[in-house]
Amino acid sequence: MTDLAWINAALTAARPQALGALLRYFRDMDRAEEAFQDACLRALKNWPEKGPPRDPTAWLILVGRNAALDGVRKQSRNTELPPDEVISDLGDAESELAERLDGSHYRDDVLRLLFICCHPELPPTQQIALALRIVSGLSVAQIARAFLVSDAAMERRITRAKARIGKADVPFETPGAVERSERLAAVAAMIYLIFNEGYSGGRDEARAPLCDEAIRLARLLLRLFPAEPEIMGLAALMLLKQARLAARFDAEGDAVLLEDQDRSRWDAKLIGEGLALIDKAMRHNRPGPYQVQAAIDATHARAATAAQTDWAGIEGLYLALERMQPSPVITLNRAVAVAKLHGPEAALAMIEPLEKPLAGYFPYFGARGAFLLQLGRSHEARSAFDRAISLAGSAQEAAHIRRHLDRLMAQANF
Amino acid sequence: MLYSLLCYNKEDVVWSWSREEDDAVMGRLSVVHEKLVKEGKLGPSLRLLPTTAAATLRGSMVIDGPFAETKEQLLGFYVIDVENLDAALDVAKELSAANPTSVYEVRPVALFVPDARPNAPKEMIRAY
Repeated sequence: MTDLAWINAALTAARPQALGALLRYFRDMDRAEEAFQDACLRALKNWPEKGPPRDPTAWLILVGRNAALDGVRKQSRNTELPPDEVISDLGDAESELAERLDGSHYRDDVLRLLFICCHPELPPTQQIALALRIVSGLSVAQIARAFLVSDAAMERRITRAKARIGKADVPFETPGAVERSERLAAVAAMIYLIFNEGYSGGRDEARAPLCDEAIRLARLLLRLFPAEPEIMGLAALMLLKQARLAARFDAEGDAVLLEDQDRSRWDAKLIGEGLALIDKAMRHNRPGPYQVQAAIDATHARAATAAQTDWAGIEGLYLALERMQPSPVITLNRAVAVAKLHGPEAALAMIEPLEKPLAGYFPYFGARGAFLLQLGRSHEARSAFDRAISLAGSAQEAAHIRRHLDRLMAQANF
Repeated sequence: MLYSLLCYNKEDVVWSWSREEDDAVMGRLSVVHEKLVKEGKLGPSLRLLPTTAAATLRGSMVIDGPFAETKEQLLGFYVIDVENLDAALDVAKELSAANPTSVYEVRPVALFVPDARPNAPKEMIRAY
C-alpha cells in the first residue's frame, strides 16, 4: 500500500469521529466540513514527510479547529496564518487532546452526525445520500452513480437535504439514555437502508460498495456502543448476507437461490464475524428484529449443505419476527420453512389469506406457484407463475423469473 | 528461542481495506511466511477477527468488546523460533516491509502449549 493510499484510508476511517467533533464545536455543518477538508489537505502535505500521527483523529480535529479559527482571525484582522510546520508539530497538545477525546466523547459526536442524516422529514433515499456524503465522505459522483442519477441532480438533492437539516433543531448536549437509544434505532435503520440499497443492486458495481460502507458504519457503531444487542444483530445480519455475495449470481449474472448456492464460495471470514456477533447478542436476552433476522441467516450459514438446514429453527425465528413486526412478507417467508417441514399443502393453506395484501408482490406468486407445482397442480402453478412474471419490476427481472420458472417446470416434467 | 510477533494496527482502517488492498498485503506477507517455513522458523500464527467480535471475561462478568479500548488493536500474531532478539527483529522487519502500516511487537514466549487436537490441521485454515 502506498503512503497516499494509507493516508486516504486513515482519513476515511477518522472522518466520522473528526467531523462529529468539529460539528459539536462549530455547531454548523458547512463550517465543520470545511474545517475537516482543511485538516485533510494539511494531512496530505504533512503526513508523508513527518509520518502519520499516533492518533490521526485527534490530529485532524485539532488542526481542523485551528485552521477554521485562523480563517476567522484572518478575515477579521488579516493576520498571517501560522506555518504548517508549527501545526504539524503538535507534540503534547495532540496527546492531551487525545486523552480528553476518548471513546465516550466520540460516541455521541458520531451518533449525532449520523442521526442528523436521519431527519424524519427527509425521504429514505435522501437520508442515505446525505449519510454517504457527510459521514462516509463519498463523492457526489460516486453517490450519483449508485442512485442512477446525474451528478448535478444528486448535487441538488444533497444541497436540498442539507438545507433542510440545517433548519432542524438538533440538540448538542450529551443525550440522555432514552434519547440515545432512540437515536441509535434511527441510525441503525438508516444503515440498514444503505446496505439494502447496495444489496438489491446485485452485482451493480456502483451500488455494491454501499454494502461495504454499511458494514463499516455498523462496525464503527459497535466500537462506540459495544453492548447493544440490536447493533450486534444489525452488523451480523449484514455480514452474513454480504458473505454470500460471490455465490448469489451465476456466470450469466442470474440470481442463484440460497438453496442452490455453492457454499464453498461463501466468505468464511465474514461468516465467522457474523456468527461471533449473533452469539454475543443472544447472550443479552434482549431480542429484536435485527437479531432475529441475523439468527435466520446464521442458521443458513451454519448448514454445511442446503439439505442440512434447520428448517424448524428457521420457522420458529420467522414466527418470532412475525410477532415483533407483523407483516405478510414475513408470513410468506415462514410458509417456505413450513413447506420444508410439513409439505406444500400446509404452506399453501398458510399463504391463501395473503393473496390480497400481497397482490402486487411477485415473490408471493412465485412461492404459490412452487407449492402448487409440488402438489402436481401444474395448471394452477402455471397461472401463478404468469402472474409473478407480469408483476416483475423490469424486463430484466421478468426474464430472470422466467428462466428460473422454466428450470422449476423442467424439473417437475411439466 | 521462541518469540511471538504481535501485529498491531488501526482496526477500523485495516477492516476498511478493499479486497484488492487486503489481498495485496496478504500476498506480500505470504512470501515472508513461505521463506520462514523453508527456514524452519515459523510456528503457529493467527489473524484475528476485529475486536467488535470479541467478548471479555473479567471475574464473572462478560463484557462485550475487547480487553481495552486502544488506539491500535492486536490484529494477529506469529510464533517464531529464532536464535535471539536480533534474529526475531529481522523477521519483524521483513513482515513490516510487507505490511508497512502495521506495528510489530516482539515478545519472548514463556510457555508454549502445542495444538493437541487429534485432527489438528497441518495447513492454513479459514476463519471458522
